[in-house]
Amino acid sequence: MYTSAKAALGTYTNLAAGCKVLPEDSEYIEIRIDKGANIVIEQSKIRNFCIVAHIDHGKSTLADRIIEKTGLLTSREMQAQVLDNMDLERERGITIKAQTVRIVYKAKDGEEYIFNLIDTPGHVDFNYEVSRSLAACEGAILIVDAAQGIEAQTLANCYLALDHDLEILPVINKIDLPSADPERVKAEIEDVIGLDTEFAPLISAKQGLNIEDVLEQIVAQIPAPSGKLDSPFKALIFDSLYDAYKGVIVFCRVFDGRVGKGTKIRMMATKAEAEVVEVGTFGAGQFIPCEELTAGMVGYITASLKNVKDTRVGDTITNAKNPCEAPLPGYKKVNPMVYCGMYPADGAKYPDLRDALEKLQLNDASLQFEPETSIALGFGFRCGFLGLLHLEIIQERLEREYNLDIVTTAPSVIYQVYKTDGEMLEITNPSNLPDPSVIDHMKEPIVSAEIMVTTEFVGPIMTLCQERRGVYLGMEYIETTRALLKYDLPLNEIIYDFFDALKSRSRGYASFDYEMKGYVPSELVKLDILINKEEVDALSFIVHAETAYERGRKMCEKLKKEIPRHLFEIPVQAAIGSKVIARETVKAMRKDVLAKCYGGDISRKKKLLEKQKEGKKRMRQVGNVEIPQQAFMSVLKLDEE
Amino acid sequence: MRNKKSPLGLYIHIPFCVKKCAYCDFLSMKASGEIQKQYVDALISELDSVRTITNSYELQTIYLGGGTPSVLDINLLWKILEKVQNVFLIDLSRMKEVTLEVNPGTVSMEKWKEYHKMGIQRISMGVQSTHNDELELLGRIHTYEQFLENYYGARETGFANISIDLMSALPNQSLDKYRISLERIAKLSPEHISSYSLIVEENTPFWALYGENGRKEKELPTEEMDRAMYKATKEILSLYGYQRYEISNYAKAGYESIHNSSYWMGVPYLGVGLGASSYLENNRYQNRSDMQGYLKYAADTEKRRNLVEALTKEDQMSEFMFLGLRRMCGVSQTDFMKAFGQTMEQIFGEVLHKMEKEKLLEIKDDRVFLTDKGIDVSNYVFSEFWL
Repeated sequence: MYTSAKAALGTYTNLAAGCKVLPEDSEYIEIRIDKGANIVIEQSKIRNFCIVAHIDHGKSTLADRIIEKTGLLTSREMQAQVLDNMDLERERGITIKAQTVRIVYKAKDGEEYIFNLIDTPGHVDFNYEVSRSLAACEGAILIVDAAQGIEAQTLANCYLALDHDLEILPVINKIDLPSADPERVKAEIEDVIGLDTEFAPLISAKQGLNIEDVLEQIVAQIPAPSGKLDSPFKALIFDSLYDAYKGVIVFCRVFDGRVGKGTKIRMMATKAEAEVVEVGTFGAGQFIPCEELTAGMVGYITASLKNVKDTRVGDTITNAKNPCEAPLPGYKKVNPMVYCGMYPADGAKYPDLRDALEKLQLNDASLQFEPETSIALGFGFRCGFLGLLHLEIIQERLEREYNLDIVTTAPSVIYQVYKTDGEMLEITNPSNLPDPSVIDHMKEPIVSAEIMVTTEFVGPIMTLCQERRGVYLGMEYIETTRALLKYDLPLNEIIYDFFDALKSRSRGYASFDYEMKGYVPSELVKLDILINKEEVDALSFIVHAETAYERGRKMCEKLKKEIPRHLFEIPVQAAIGSKVIARETVKAMRKDVLAKCYGGDISRKKKLLEKQKEGKKRMRQVGNVEIPQQAFMSVLKLDEE
Repeated sequence: MRNKKSPLGLYIHIPFCVKKCAYCDFLSMKASGEIQKQYVDALISELDSVRTITNSYELQTIYLGGGTPSVLDINLLWKILEKVQNVFLIDLSRMKEVTLEVNPGTVSMEKWKEYHKMGIQRISMGVQSTHNDELELLGRIHTYEQFLENYYGARETGFANISIDLMSALPNQSLDKYRISLERIAKLSPEHISSYSLIVEENTPFWALYGENGRKEKELPTEEMDRAMYKATKEILSLYGYQRYEISNYAKAGYESIHNSSYWMGVPYLGVGLGASSYLENNRYQNRSDMQGYLKYAADTEKRRNLVEALTKEDQMSEFMFLGLRRMCGVSQTDFMKAFGQTMEQIFGEVLHKMEKEKLLEIKDDRVFLTDKGIDVSNYVFSEFWL
């Protein structure tokens, strides 16, 4: 048995065996490497890399092509974009959760190489996850669209990769487009980023053109890992997920040493300890158990851990009995930036919502929630998210995967409230804001934003940033027709609809990236909404004093449209403290009657009444006014007109 | 001993018009004499095919509606009515009510005489307005004067039960102009008047003009005006001896439409003809509404009609309420108990009291009925009775 394993080792079959799902009773078990066998995959044959790009520049498509070319799957077996697992990801065309795949490539030099491709999330909400994925690699493929050239996220991601000392391999994609101009884009990459593009492959991932070039360049350009096999075990967690049978599955990159079944491991930041049950590598969406993970490898570990909170992304895993000296740098606990209330549309579904959130949290340590109550919405949860996209994803998953109807309240950032007695409160729910008389001052979070835009739209985008209280920092010309605008923007101005506004005002030509900068003092007020003279807590929000009137007015207008007429007149008011700053009126319903109802009309008329009654079920009673759930969410999008 | 048969209403649909009115979304069309003939043949075969219904039902009322039944050739109408008498083993003169809808632009003294001879007892004439500009706007094919002439003709022929249809809330209509129409009609002293507030239906020429975001939507009277007209209808007509007995129907004592009332009282009805609806054994059916298909399958019950809904007990209870409440006398708690074996209070108590408190319903002894305010928002009231 030992011999057969050893004999097979150097061959493609053996390396590739790691990529097939092996049933427990399969004959392949025979060629599994025995524990303790001194068999190590040569680090020089490993390439760990990720792909970074601006959204839509073809990251997932290239990943698919690489997987296809290396023979892991035939094109017939490939479903477009293998790595985007969730329906949501495919629909939105973005990667939400990092995915990883191990593939074998037989290069032109006749050698076989193991590629570990770590697909990173493609949204600014998940920047920290991206940075951890990058930290697990030696190199990065930087895809740039041959027509669009460098965009904001190209730069942001590229700088992120450079920060991690990655070897960057530029690839020009979409050369099949009629508007493609690879030479211009090459020049742009050289000028703006300073990368040598002499060997940059010109490809069309969609058409499978020149993919070989990319693979050869990976072998040639991206350094092999250089971990010390004899040092204590040291690995970086770059993702984890929860499996009902295996518990938490930790995705990690081994830097030094080795780990296998029975190793007692420790997470250095969370201090959690457990005994390894299984280690393995990644097929396309499959886990392939193996005997041992060694320095340079990317793989997974299960250790009957029950909670992803114990396995934070960025944490270092080591051997509990023989720990490494220091953890890998860069760990931080990611904290939510955006909060909102989530309530079940049907109050009786509260326990279902709690179960669903708990399940989602198993796979998503950055999702936070705690119970809260609202006078208007009843029992629900205050939930914390990395950003608005994260929020939307969770909301959609609750609705699709758990079949729950959710009412969300306006998202809020974390405000720092300094009280006159010196105490500082962090407020995520406007309802918890203390009385203005005890507030000394407040601070709000600011981000530094970079917006890449063609010069013709610089004006409109600057206007937009000014409207959103942006502080202009500067502008750089990337080339004669494109500029990079730098602004400091309050986070609460971009969490609603900034991205949509940016797109519409630049006809889709602006791209955007940001990172947290810190807190600054700000003139903030709490805006309350009164419906039929009653304050609706779920509609309150914190806003800058200067924009309060405008927001209040828009809220009232919007609510007037959303609230159905009742038998009585309903005033809709926006107020700061006791001062009403805007008002609209929902007129009383005077007529709702069907003049004719004879034999042939009855079925049709019943449908109408049924609809009316159904509509009512989706209402929230506040005082004696019924407010549609839709109204609570419509106020999030005040600027779409 | 013979079992007592349930009462039944018969509706016969004649889907032909000289011209379609601008507000009309009923199933009607212009058609050649040949098509009309084929249609009547189909109707007759349909009537033949439902013969067995007479085993369990006894025909009480007949209503010929449309479209415009009065566009039909007299001989075709004779054929239909002869078949009805033959199938249901009845004599029209013995019926409680036999109504024919008549467009004032399609009759003559000869036709009146024939209708009378056939055994038609009741005439329903749609005049809609007494102002020729409004008639034109509505796309009617007749003038007020033509209507008058034909109305007198019907009286002269001996029709003693005539109903007139009016419309309110027309574009640019003033309260006064509507009042004039009302009074003119009331002075003619028909036995029955229906007045309908205009509903701008989708898929009509009116929708493009007056529908949501229509070019002339603003010309429609406000809701306040609409309600003022509605209120005026009851006030003026009561001066002339009419009682409102349903949301849009007014009659002199003893002249309430028996056939139409049966729709609101849950009496079974059989509809024959293109797209006609039936309510039998707690099932609602509808005939197919494509002319070619109907002509082909008129005699084949399976292929001719669809089961629209099979009413559960809950459905029946809901219908009992919101159809019954259309009548001004409302619904009877005793009748409810008899029909369902549970009290109205048990099933709808909460809603009843809420509505009573909101002054939308009144509960007096055994009966529950809409208040004037309740009529204005009756859809809201009815929707609350949905189980």
